[in-house]
Amino acid sequence: MTRRFEYPFDLAVMLRRRKAIRAELSAQTQLLDVRLAVLGGSTTNELRDFLELFLLASGIRPIFYESEYAKYEEEVLLDDARLRAFAPQIALIHTTWVNARFPGPFSNSETVASAARSEFGRFEAIWIKLINDIGCTVIQNNFDEPRHRSLGSIDAVACYGYSSFLRQLNADFAAAARQRPRLLINDISHLAAVVGLDAWHDPTYWLNYKLAVSPAATVTLAHQLAAIIRGIFGKSRKVLVLDLDNTLWGGVIGDDGVDGLRLGKETPEGEAYTAFQEYCLELKRRGILLAVCSKNDPLIAREGFSHPDTVLQLTDFAAFKANWNPKHEAIAEIAHELNLGLDSFVFVDDNPAEREIVAAQLPVVAVPNMGSDPSRYIELLDRQLYFEPVGISAEDLQRAGFYVANVERNLEQATFADYGAFLDSLAMKAVVAPFHDTYMDRITQLTNKSNQFNLTTRRYTIGELEAIRADPSAVTLYARLSDKFGDNGIVSLAIGKLNASDLEIDLWLMSCRVLKRDLEHLMLDELVARALTRGATALVGRYRPTAKNRMVSDHYAKLGFGLVTEHPDGRTDWRLPLNTEYQKRCTHIKDVIRG
Amino acid sequence: MDEILARLQPIFRDVLDDPSLVVTAESSARTIEQWDSLAHISIVSAIEQEFKVRFALGELETLNNVGEMIGLMEKKLRG
Repeated sequence: MTRRFEYPFDLAVMLRRRKAIRAELSAQTQLLDVRLAVLGGSTTNELRDFLELFLLASGIRPIFYESEYAKYEEEVLLDDARLRAFAPQIALIHTTWVNARFPGPFSNSETVASAARSEFGRFEAIWIKLINDIGCTVIQNNFDEPRHRSLGSIDAVACYGYSSFLRQLNADFAAAARQRPRLLINDISHLAAVVGLDAWHDPTYWLNYKLAVSPAATVTLAHQLAAIIRGIFGKSRKVLVLDLDNTLWGGVIGDDGVDGLRLGKETPEGEAYTAFQEYCLELKRRGILLAVCSKNDPLIAREGFSHPDTVLQLTDFAAFKANWNPKHEAIAEIAHELNLGLDSFVFVDDNPAEREIVAAQLPVVAVPNMGSDPSRYIELLDRQLYFEPVGISAEDLQRAGFYVANVERNLEQATFADYGAFLDSLAMKAVVAPFHDTYMDRITQLTNKSNQFNLTTRRYTIGELEAIRADPSAVTLYARLSDKFGDNGIVSLAIGKLNASDLEIDLWLMSCRVLKRDLEHLMLDELVARALTRGATALVGRYRPTAKNRMVSDHYAKLGFGLVTEHPDGRTDWRLPLNTEYQKRCTHIKDVIRG
Repeated sequence: MDEILARLQPIFRDVLDDPSLVVTAESSARTIEQWDSLAHISIVSAIEQEFKVRFALGELETLNNVGEMIGLMEKKLRG
């Protein structure tokens, strides 16, 4: 099933079987409902259909609002009652070059600049209204280009040329997105180039049905949009597991030896593997974890990274499995070691038999068909859009470092007999404070991607979190934890709401990389302290089971809460009466800065 | 005629999501209830993809039924 949603797409099947595929995918359980407004500058029915398929395949069930034909501007700025009532979490502005208002031909540069400002201002007004007033995240297409250029190449040179003008606007849109974290650009300029303008636009479909993008290209467009939306909800993949022989280098190290490997700039084949390693390293630098899974002798496999032309080093990998076990077992072990769900994994192997068994045994792992031509590896991985980031946060750039530090911590733990003594030796420092402006992006990201240590798995948009922050009856907390090996960043969140004399905990989550570090106790202590200050006499906790959060089903029991209600659907309600005699639970995090 | 109709049959069933639908040369948007203007776009794009043909602007509008569409397609495929 998921194969169908992998690049390259089977367009014939997608175009005609969409209803049956939709029915099949809608039968899944545990789908995340997302309210999505599609505001179109052209017909959007086809886009909506395909976007629904790609989102369903990613575990997201979209609830759509569609603007009337080409009323994207009016329905936001003027006649907004229907949109407001719909309360979108995400608004997608599907505009293309046909919606741009161009300066007249042969205008002088002042006229062109003023037209660009006015066009930018028109879109900016839509974004501001959607973000600040309607309270949603905006995905804005940048501009594709027309198929024709009456000026030939001068069209890209003269300031009044179509291409010149659109490229200027695209640069302005990008600058705006850098300033506004809740404005995301859907880069259709790139996508149209990949598809080719002749296939991207189809004049017959435009004239007959006002489709600005051809139906076949709309499939590719929907795929890219779904990747951005997956990113918004923390569903982008995070781990790239790589085979070695004929994947990261040409040849079989066990047979050919290090010197016999094809890698480096000497041969076209070696250069292809070098380029693929460089691509993997780029992924790692922006926060994707790399791991090795190879059927090999463990020592011999590692020797490959002593090749003089290797780009990747052993230290680039957060996990390294070289043995003779079945690969799906090794990948499951990696997931366990890294404390990450298998649904955040991608497995890359040149061997179709290995891909087949991993795909069959671990259906949530993405296993792209890489073929066996190393010159196409980058394309076949890149086009899948598995790792789509919404923005690159400072946390993302440090993530690989966090995991390497964890490996060091684990080594140290092995040398301590007493776990408490180990925790003390870490010299942990924490900051616990209410949600802060600087961290709202990271906080939103965490609420949308934490699955395991998450009591209610409530997802929030940044707008909803801003509203909670401003609510005087709410208690918000974030915790940041560092130790002698490094800073873990913001790793735990809680949201409580005062209801009469109860503080009800609507959200409590923690990153699994700081599991069993005493941080859950510190969070409880802080919640209690703040509840008491507000005059509350009890903490009320709720557990809502999902496919992934069983590890916290007894969280409140372990903290001494009493069970109040056990619902038939598995939800449980808990209560902890409070008084000033409360004994603090956290004993190993000694240096705490409270905000 | 029959060969093209046999290949069109599953396309119509898939697009209109009706596994028991029977399309004949006499079928048209008037006789098939689900064949509305939105389904029309899907049908046309699926046929173009499947047969690797292109319908020119205005060509489809002159046709009265599936039989006439097949006639047009035969001309294109021979083309």
